[in-house]
Amino acid sequence: MKKRLATVSLAGCFGCHMSFLDIDERILDLVQLVEFDKSPFNDFKKFTQHCDIALIEGGCCNEENVRTLQEFRANCDILVAVGQCAIMGGLPVMRNAIMHSNDPLRECLEEAYNDSDYVYNPTNEIPNDPALPLLLDKVYNCTEVVKIDYQIPGCPPSGDTLWYALVALLKGNPYELPSELIKYD
Amino acid sequence: MEEKKRRLFVKQSCEKFKNSRFRLLDILWEIQNGLGGIEGPVMEQVGKLIGVSRVHVEGLVTFYAFFSDRILGKIIIRLCDDIVDQFFGLDKIIEVFSEELGIKPGQTSLDGRFSFELTPSIGMSDQAPAALINDVVFPKLTPGSVKKIIRQLKEGVPVFKVDDTCGDGNNASALIHSSVMNNIRHTGKVILSDSFLPEKGLERCLNLNPAEVIKEMKDSGLRGGGGAGFPSGLKWELARKAEAEKRHVICNADEGELGTFKDRVLLTERAPMMVEGMTIAAYAIGSSEGIIYLRAEYAYLRPWLENILEKRRDTNLLGKDILGKTGFHFDIRIQLGAGAYICGEESALICSCEGLRGEPRIRPPFPVEKGYMGQPTIVNNVETFCCAARIFEKGFDWFSNIGTDKSAGTKLLSVSGDCKKTGIYELAYGTAVADLLEMAEAHDTAIVQIGGASGEMIGRIDFNRKICFEDLATSGSVMVFNSQRNVLKIVDSFLKFFIDESCGYCTPCRVGNVFLRERIQKVMHGDANHSDLDYLRQLSNLIIKTSRCGLGNASPKPVLSSLEHFPIVYASHLHEPREGLQRQFNIQKALEESRRIAKRRSMIYDPVYYDTN
Ligand SMILES: Cc1cc2nc3c(=O)[nH]c(=O)nc-3n(C[C@H](O)[C@H](O)[C@H](O)COP(=O)(O)O)c2cc1C
Ligand code: SF4
Ligand code: SF4
Repeated sequence: MKKRLATVSLAGCFGCHMSFLDIDERILDLVQLVEFDKSPFNDFKKFTQHCDIALIEGGCCNEENVRTLQEFRANCDILVAVGQCAIMGGLPVMRNAIMHSNDPLRECLEEAYNDSDYVYNPTNEIPNDPALPLLLDKVYNCTEVVKIDYQIPGCPPSGDTLWYALVALLKGNPYELPSELIKYD
Repeated sequence: MEEKKRRLFVKQSCEKFKNSRFRLLDILWEIQNGLGGIEGPVMEQVGKLIGVSRVHVEGLVTFYAFFSDRILGKIIIRLCDDIVDQFFGLDKIIEVFSEELGIKPGQTSLDGRFSFELTPSIGMSDQAPAALINDVVFPKLTPGSVKKIIRQLKEGVPVFKVDDTCGDGNNASALIHSSVMNNIRHTGKVILSDSFLPEKGLERCLNLNPAEVIKEMKDSGLRGGGGAGFPSGLKWELARKAEAEKRHVICNADEGELGTFKDRVLLTERAPMMVEGMTIAAYAIGSSEGIIYLRAEYAYLRPWLENILEKRRDTNLLGKDILGKTGFHFDIRIQLGAGAYICGEESALICSCEGLRGEPRIRPPFPVEKGYMGQPTIVNNVETFCCAARIFEKGFDWFSNIGTDKSAGTKLLSVSGDCKKTGIYELAYGTAVADLLEMAEAHDTAIVQIGGASGEMIGRIDFNRKICFEDLATSGSVMVFNSQRNVLKIVDSFLKFFIDESCGYCTPCRVGNVFLRERIQKVMHGDANHSDLDYLRQLSNLIIKTSRCGLGNASPKPVLSSLEHFPIVYASHLHEPREGLQRQFNIQKALEESRRIAKRRSMIYDPVYYDTN
């Protein structure tokens, strides 16, 4: 039977998803192995049934990311954190470096919308529409929020890396990647 | 001090040690004591004078806890913050010190009179809580006594006059004059017994040839008292066999392991015996120079030890042609440490003696081949040298008949914690833990930590185990905890100690221990689940396998040992995730700030959302 696969991008740049498309024509082989459920690839907004595997891009910077991740945990057996953002927080986590402030989140917003030399914002307003999800006090990586089963490092992991890792997982084979695929220094 | 005078003082300090970079530690001590700190321009000047870079000097200043790159107060209070002190009311003591002085730990008062610091293990666990004020030890502190001490210091009473009581034994002698107690509770046959005949062993040795001395040493079965238990005779033989012009004998009196204080008592009561042992070793391996590496915390014993060395020089027990043996010259200098646990590790200790940062070296080559100044060196513990003197006085077979098969002789145990009779017990190897606990009048004991932070943590089931190298090896530290004490708090405190004391060379030790501690705290807060325990085990094994020296190899021991012996404590702290969220992730807390800034509630995580407009 085909496995069900879901994917999501939380606080990421979609680079990991783009990289996934670098598996090129192998996507034809992939659809022999899996059925896509909720994912930006097919634009399914909701889970249709329980899934076997989910690929998570990005960490959590706002409440919606948390809810989505919780939903994935509840609806999928295996969660795979893909890329540095999901694993360590990545670029967004730089805002956690504002530590020596009484109000780090406000400082972050001020910098982004008012204080920076490169911002043009004559009204000095910080976006606050009720439809905007609330930001978290800091950026959390996926493991800090829910249990994560596997991690694929890289920013982004290459298409090959993702391909080999995913196939190994689908077929239940040991995960052995040649070092050039996961060595980054 | 004005600039000109300061520069002159620094110049003189360097000259006192012949501008030798190998004596940098002593030079820095001179300056630290004279100026109250070693600031940038001084480092620069010292570097120029002794021919090293400023960074080299700064490397030492920042490595050793007793040196400071800013000017400290005239009176430096170093309060010991070990787990035993914590269990005996440390928090309250810190509070009173802070109140009376108006400064928190780590600070110096504005008038420059007082600095207040916390420090690990000052070797007074049997009389905790204790503090060092400059060189002077103040044991058994209470909130009341702290107030009195500070009041007197503020009135200008000199530190050594504040507490006029004296401890027992030689602590009362003019040269030590300290209120520290020996707390000798049980005297064994070898070291603490009164039957010792001074210099008899040395005289006997000088009638043998060195090879015979080493043979007797090997046959005695003596193993090192510093913890690792390496056969001492073999160590001496290896050093003697190594080709070299010069060889060295070093006595390790760094005693940094948490909960040990036996060397303190030996240095107070058996220093001549120890020096005799060093002299025998010198004769055996062919050495003319020895060093006693004395930890800075025991600086109050230095005048006493210097005096003993001086007396021995006067009576031809040190110096040239000792006891008329032509060609046998040997003398000893004292090297004062500067507050670094890692300097107890023998290769780090040797670095420290050479005026370097106390960083362990890669072995091989072992110190017996290339040690101090690149020459063969034996490093032995204070207790080991004391035993050596007795072995030659009484004969190796007398010695090897005491103790067990593989652990000959007696062991000095430093007992501290929850028992009536804390102090020193000299017992034959092979004594059961339970017997020791009974002697120490420890009731309701739940946890015994044998061998300090890097040793084994055992529970009641194991109290019949024996203290010897075949079973529970130890450097002599025995910390006793009753059933009210928290295992995880103990583990946490040990990890903090290792984090602070890691020399920082290897990543697994420098970083890994921090991760271990974070995970232990997660368990303590009830946020961990069973996968965290797997993580703890895996990381522990990684640190053990990949660290360069004994500190890293031992630092995960509290974690592994408590996991093995107290699994139920861990199990009772575990929780599975709530609604899929990790326990330590608190969404309400994570949203607090945002709600305040946005002045609205969460659409997702607040129960009902009414738009008030
Ligand atoms: C981190 C560390 C700290 C040590 N601290 C001491 C110490 O304070 N005193 C001591 O005698 N040995 C200490 N040792 C053991 C020494 O490296 C060495 O084995 C010992 O001094 C040898 O003497 P012995 O054979 O007489 O025991 C320590 C070892 C390590 C790894
Ligand atoms: S890991 Fe890199 S590529 Fe992937 S989402 Fe983060 S920033 Fe983008
Ligand atoms: S194990 Fe730790 S203390 Fe030992 S050399 Fe490495 S970093 Fe230094």
